[in-house]
Amino acid sequence: MELVYLAIPLSALIGSMVAGFLGGKIGRKASHRATLTGVGIAFLLSLYVFQHIALGGNTYNGSVYTWMEFGKIKFEVGFLIDNLTSMMMVVVTFVSLMVHIYTIGYMSDDEHNWPKNSKAGNNSYQRFFSYISLFTFSMLMLVMSNNFMQLFFGWEAVGLVSYLLIGFWSTRDTAIFANMKAFLVNRVGDFGFLLGIAAIFTYTGSLDYAEVFAKLPDISNISVTIFSEKEWSLITVIAILLFIGAMGKSAQVPLHVWLPDSMEGPTPISALIHAATMVTAGIFMVSRMSPIFELSDTALNFILIIGATTAFFMGLIGVVQNDIKRVVAYSTLSQLGYMTVALGASAYSAGVFHLMTHAFFKALLFLAAGSVIIAMHHEQDIRKMGGLKKYMPITYWTSLIGSLALIGFPFFSGFFSKDMIIEAVHASHLGAAGYAYLMVLLGVFITAFYSFRLFFLVFHGEERMDDHTKAHLKESPKVVIIPLIALAVPSVLAGYFVDPMVVGDFFKGVISVGDSHHAIEELTEEYHGILGLVEHGVMALPFWFAMAGLGSAWYIYMKNQSIAEIAYDKFHWLYTLLDKKYFADEFNQKIFAGGALLLGKGLFKAADRFVIDSMIVNGSAKLVGWFSSIIRHIQTGYLYHYAFAMIMGVLFIMSWLIFGVKHV
Amino acid sequence: MFDGYLLSILVWLPIIGGIAVLFASEKRVVRPLALVVSVLTFMFSLPLWTGFNPVGSAMQFVELTPWIESYKINYHLAVDGISMPLILLNTFTTVLIVIAGWEVIQKKPGHYMAAFLIMEGIINGVFAAQDAMLFYVFFEAMLIPMFIVIGIWGGDNRIYATIKFFLYTFFGSVFMLVSLLYMYSQGGSFAIADLHALKLEMTPQILIFLSFLIAFGVKVPMWPVHTWLPDAHVQAPTGGSVILAAIMLKIGGYGFLRFSLPMVPDASQELAWLVIFMSLVAVVYIGFVALVQSDMKKLVAYSSIAHMGFVTLGFFIFYPIVAQHSVDDVNSALAIQGGMVQMVSHGFISGAMFLSIGVLYDRMHTREIEAYGGVVNKMPIFGAFFILFAMANTGLPGTSGFVGEFMVILASFKANFWIAFLAATTLIVGAAYTLWLVKRVILGDIANDNVAALKDLNRREFFMMAVLAIAVIALGLWPDPLTHVMSDSISHLIEQATTSKLLTP
Repeated sequence: MELVYLAIPLSALIGSMVAGFLGGKIGRKASHRATLTGVGIAFLLSLYVFQHIALGGNTYNGSVYTWMEFGKIKFEVGFLIDNLTSMMMVVVTFVSLMVHIYTIGYMSDDEHNWPKNSKAGNNSYQRFFSYISLFTFSMLMLVMSNNFMQLFFGWEAVGLVSYLLIGFWSTRDTAIFANMKAFLVNRVGDFGFLLGIAAIFTYTGSLDYAEVFAKLPDISNISVTIFSEKEWSLITVIAILLFIGAMGKSAQVPLHVWLPDSMEGPTPISALIHAATMVTAGIFMVSRMSPIFELSDTALNFILIIGATTAFFMGLIGVVQNDIKRVVAYSTLSQLGYMTVALGASAYSAGVFHLMTHAFFKALLFLAAGSVIIAMHHEQDIRKMGGLKKYMPITYWTSLIGSLALIGFPFFSGFFSKDMIIEAVHASHLGAAGYAYLMVLLGVFITAFYSFRLFFLVFHGEERMDDHTKAHLKESPKVVIIPLIALAVPSVLAGYFVDPMVVGDFFKGVISVGDSHHAIEELTEEYHGILGLVEHGVMALPFWFAMAGLGSAWYIYMKNQSIAEIAYDKFHWLYTLLDKKYFADEFNQKIFAGGALLLGKGLFKAADRFVIDSMIVNGSAKLVGWFSSIIRHIQTGYLYHYAFAMIMGVLFIMSWLIFGVKHV
Repeated sequence: MFDGYLLSILVWLPIIGGIAVLFASEKRVVRPLALVVSVLTFMFSLPLWTGFNPVGSAMQFVELTPWIESYKINYHLAVDGISMPLILLNTFTTVLIVIAGWEVIQKKPGHYMAAFLIMEGIINGVFAAQDAMLFYVFFEAMLIPMFIVIGIWGGDNRIYATIKFFLYTFFGSVFMLVSLLYMYSQGGSFAIADLHALKLEMTPQILIFLSFLIAFGVKVPMWPVHTWLPDAHVQAPTGGSVILAAIMLKIGGYGFLRFSLPMVPDASQELAWLVIFMSLVAVVYIGFVALVQSDMKKLVAYSSIAHMGFVTLGFFIFYPIVAQHSVDDVNSALAIQGGMVQMVSHGFISGAMFLSIGVLYDRMHTREIEAYGGVVNKMPIFGAFFILFAMANTGLPGTSGFVGEFMVILASFKANFWIAFLAATTLIVGAAYTLWLVKRVILGDIANDNVAALKDLNRREFFMMAVLAIAVIALGLWPDPLTHVMSDSISHLIEQATTSKLLTP
């Protein structure tokens, strides 16, 4: 089995290298075939592993090679394959495979996106495939890791690929600003993450998950002083530091600012990286570290607050967006908030479950948006769309499925996963649970509202595009449609795994929940089959909130447009606030970016140039100059004067060395 | 076969070869001859690696011949796990320098190649010398070829830069000479091993420590004696910058390990806070300074200073660790190993960065960031390499840049949360200045006609880039071979550095 585990990430890597290094020579077809084969093998083997691990009840934890070893220190690269890992592997490779297929269609005329004189545009098609396969490799290394070092490797490697892909169209200023921003904001998260890892290593002496978890009882009572006076529980410090990493990668407030801008990248990667997989790495990581997080209620409360804030306030921004991809992006932020809330409520399994269902329906929604964008000739403004239903039936129906799943409509996957989260928060006894419950509940309304605002504006109503675009409207090619259909299936069905995954014992022994946190326990007790869940669901608040959101969207955007205009006039301040995204970008740009530059300039000019160079270095040079102008009088220019001085000097030194130095 | 003379070969082969290149009458043979000499030297350095016994801390490949008998100065060469990798780094880099200067240097190519070959031999001598006087001679002699390289093939303001470079470093080493003479007066020997064993009182220890700090601190360079480096880099030709960054700075770090820590352990312990403070200033303060540079070479030069801050931090952070915990705490070894790995890795990465800038400079004759933009559109292969090296510079895992920083940050957390905190800010600031450079130079639309006329890498340039890329990734994915050879020597060093040798009057 070890070889199978190794083959999964490596087949993706090899595909990536073939397309990346040889792409120019072997051409487009061979390149996408190579990467498709690589990811296809990874997917099939992942299914096999899932069967062996999850269904067969096995767990694997072993090392591949020793990265570094000396003394008692041993850092290894290795795999931990359990139910959580194998599930993630299937999700990642499946979505990745779909995105690979989709890309064949989406990127087929990519040369139009490059200026004619750019050589970088020559093999852009092959390069894109190389990147998404490299991403798949990195993501697999991340989820399969059995230690913190490799986790951090995968963590930053997916960040690298995200950087490369957001800035894929590198001649666009917005794209290369967005990718740098994404990397830097993620680095802020990684800064916390790395310190968290360092804390773990300091107190447990190991980076291996199993060893670290085994030592947790020994360190659970240690308290540390970071700021003077105040004592902190060590576990709280570690948990919060690790969570800061998750906040960067999973785009939680206030480190969310990079994700909307990441939409500058081509749509397939928005689906794969910035919706389905990479951004959920933070959720995965916290679930993996549940034994640590469970020991700190402070950290869990913190997570609840951050997640709930993200879930509601980011969804709110989605309401005022007019770019089709940005609406979906804010929806992603909001849904990531839901997952984070689940973690805070100790309902890790519910969070991971939502991660899985969300991966399917959000990838679907993004790819469908991409299909619309192709048909619209790269027009992304939903105000210029409308009535696309009759031109693009398959895109329409799959979008509907995705949207219903997203708003949590009964029998669709999102219903089960979101309901579990909301119920878990409701059952949580932590201090912040009240606030979180309110936020996720209101968030349901908002989610339904922006989702169907988008849906109605794009597919129904008046056809607002220009005639030229309208004349060319047609359904996208097969390679685009097939992934949509393939993703629509799990978007409906994945919810039925609620039994083993959340209320069952699928994650038993993988995710640990403390004795005082019984949200999941209560859910399990109340669970009486799928139908019972639906029955209970349609009687409960979230469902009616969702219906209200859907209904309002229909009424406002289909029936009575004037309401939108009145609201726009009356609540202009609110519109501005949302349109400016709470001024977060302006703030960061002014305070952090501007501040850093100002500080750098100040240090460079005042300290380096003035104090050190002008005063000390050149100052002493001047002093020497002045001194030598006096000494100059002694220098006669006659060789014999110098020779005499030298001989005297040598004699002096010799005599000092011979007589002055005491020999042993 | 040459085991008994291997180190002498590594010192004298490039020097003699360099002199031969200098006097080669035929202009056509100059470059091939230089290449042959550098490759041969590199080949001779390989047995150092393969024949090295990583078990135990004993000096290996020892050569000992009396030199100036009346002062007991010996021609004494040997290596341990600390110096051996640095010699390899030197011989490796010199090959690349010769290749890098192949077509680029049209003015007196023979002299140019000769200077670098002679410098290679001298630097090998620095790392291999086991006699303090021999070390000092090599240490000073090394300045001459560098001085010449910058002074002849440098930029417009080269005279200021050379004088600044020379005075700064010379100023530093004078104090070291006085210290060495003092220790000789106390112990009657210049053998480094004897100086390690020499017991000293606290006051002389402190003074000696400070003199070493100046000598090696200037070389590293540490804040606040760093301002010569950006000027030297900007004026130096590409090869000069590469050697300066990849090798010469390492001599400062090496000096701390070979001289400061084992010779004056009590003073080192007493003043470790000072070095840690200076290192953290280098990491944080210099990072911000790098952010606002408008000259690519200056930016990378400042980035070098920040990265070398991790080296000195790693070398001294174990004192607070040992003070709070036990002597055999794993983090001590982790920190010093981390500093060493950082030195080797920085050799690759900064070398690669300066070579990359050289590639651009050869085509555009400017280093101003503003003159560029959208280079990748015309030089996609170069762009890929540049982004790789830039990512390595930001410490991306999987590249060598990650390994050393990771080890040092991990270890410093054991000493103090805030030290680790400040050190880890490089994650953000380092990424900021590096990626902003990438954005302005490599990415974007073609900025002007000069950029539009750029040609991608030729075979020669591709070769040197590829070799460095492989080195950067290999060390990042599997640093064990490197840490393995250093391990025992570093354990021995920690033992020396934590054993008091205070002479009580």
